[in-house]
Amino acid sequence: MARAVTTQHKTIATAAAWIVALLIFFPILYTIITSFKSEQEAIQGFNLFPSGTTESYSEVQAQNGYFKFFLNSVFLSVGSTVLALLVAVPAAWSMAFSPGKRTKDILMWMLSTKMMPAVAVLFPIYLIFRDTGLLDSRIGLMVMLMLINLPIVVWMLYTYFREIPGEILEAARMDGASLWNEIIYVLTPMAVPGIASTMLLNIILAWNEAFWTIRLTTTEAAPLTAFISSFSSPQGLFWAKLSAASTLAIAPILIMGWFSQKQLVRGLTFGAVK
Amino acid sequence: MATQQTRSLARFMMAPSVVLLLVWMIVPLAFTLWFSFQQYNPLNPMRDGFVGFSNYALFYSNPAFLQSILNTLTIVVSVLLITVIGGILLALLLDQPMWGQGIVRILVISPFFVMPPVAALVWKNMIMHPQYGVFADIARFFGGQPIDWFGQHPLLAIIIIVAWQWLPFATLILLTALQSLDGEQKEAAEMDGAGFISRFIYLTLPHMSRAITVVILIQTIFLLSVYAEILVTTNGGPGYASTNLPFLVYQKALLEFKIGQASAGGIIAVILANIVAFFAMRAVGKNLDK
Repeated sequence: MARAVTTQHKTIATAAAWIVALLIFFPILYTIITSFKSEQEAIQGFNLFPSGTTESYSEVQAQNGYFKFFLNSVFLSVGSTVLALLVAVPAAWSMAFSPGKRTKDILMWMLSTKMMPAVAVLFPIYLIFRDTGLLDSRIGLMVMLMLINLPIVVWMLYTYFREIPGEILEAARMDGASLWNEIIYVLTPMAVPGIASTMLLNIILAWNEAFWTIRLTTTEAAPLTAFISSFSSPQGLFWAKLSAASTLAIAPILIMGWFSQKQLVRGLTFGAVK
Repeated sequence: MATQQTRSLARFMMAPSVVLLLVWMIVPLAFTLWFSFQQYNPLNPMRDGFVGFSNYALFYSNPAFLQSILNTLTIVVSVLLITVIGGILLALLLDQPMWGQGIVRILVISPFFVMPPVAALVWKNMIMHPQYGVFADIARFFGGQPIDWFGQHPLLAIIIIVAWQWLPFATLILLTALQSLDGEQKEAAEMDGAGFISRFIYLTLPHMSRAITVVILIQTIFLLSVYAEILVTTNGGPGYASTNLPFLVYQKALLEFKIGQASAGGIIAVILANIVAFFAMRAVGKNLDK
């Protein structure tokens, strides 16, 4: 009897959850579907079954040079993440393993820089970039994205490093390990998973950053965010093409995101929810 | 254990992060503050000079200013309401035993990974377009009149898009918190005869309170600076109907070249963010002590 009730309960929950989930996912699904339609089909009303043409995909590349923007996105998100890790790993490391009186204050202060609204410094940054020739340069934007995400990277690494038990360090020291041996043979293997998670989340955040990447680029350094924004001007109805470009722009990060759900929770709540 | 040597090493390791963030925070902000008291127009350099608080006065007397503040707050509060309430309901639903839970989770979380311009353009063209959008198709199917979302309800349209992007985030975090709730506690409450509602009010909700706080604080940081969604859909219009503070500052600075006024607006945005940050810091700081 109890079992029958459970099954019924489960069936209802399953149906409800699937309906809601599909509704939430629908805009993405419909974008993918539309990307396999011709421009004609795309505006002929609601239709879930495309003809399966891939002409929009080839057009996005042929007419708009999609691949260049894609490469810029890859370069910017991976580059800024690696740069941020280089700066943040030592900092998070020392804060986690030899915390001082002010470690907590420094962490809080770092977090507070994240709360500064970007528009407040839009013009100065624009001027600095213009006068140093960094406008529309990949390097400039890479540094910019690094700075934006640095507080989150330090925080995330800190919450991971803090969970590495200090006793292991002491044991290694007792056995006469030098500082560098300690770092290379004891700490690094334990820290790698945390670093990898941080990297994953940060690439996602950098890939989707849509203020500086749009405002500080024109053509050369423009990543996918800027590329997609250029579709906003109404030069006609190119929905199949827009859908193809959108699908290509979100696909890699969507897949990475699916694998990073846990890290996402932890990273974006600064370790407060695990 | 912390010797003089390890302590100075720790400082040395921390230095690059601290210096970089210090420079990143202070230099541009100092520029903005300085510009906010200047008359500065790159197109008309003849009239440059110190003008005291008149930029603030001008920005303040601009009818768009009050509207933009109001719009900013409307976006923040509405999206928070939708995502927190929706997130709690969704988290409760997803926490039930079901078939294919993994896939459902993936479907629900997906919008969070969609970059803002894509999200906005997809909604603008394929969902909310008054002629060819899915909403229009649905309206016509039921014999209704399609709504011109971005013409008639621009702010609402933007709120819907932004809420769609952030609902997954709230759901995921609240679900994580929910799943850490002790099963035995729930059973004990059930045995004591607590119904679903009272279990929710006295057990589940208090357990989720910290996660709810975190969701509100983090979303507020991002929602205060919604930008790309406005840029690619309404461009702030019609009039200033969907212009928020960041968008107004952007317009003043890079479209009208009224740098002084834009900087004054930027400083006001900083003050607004600081008020929020004050509460955010306290809440996150408490978690650090644990």
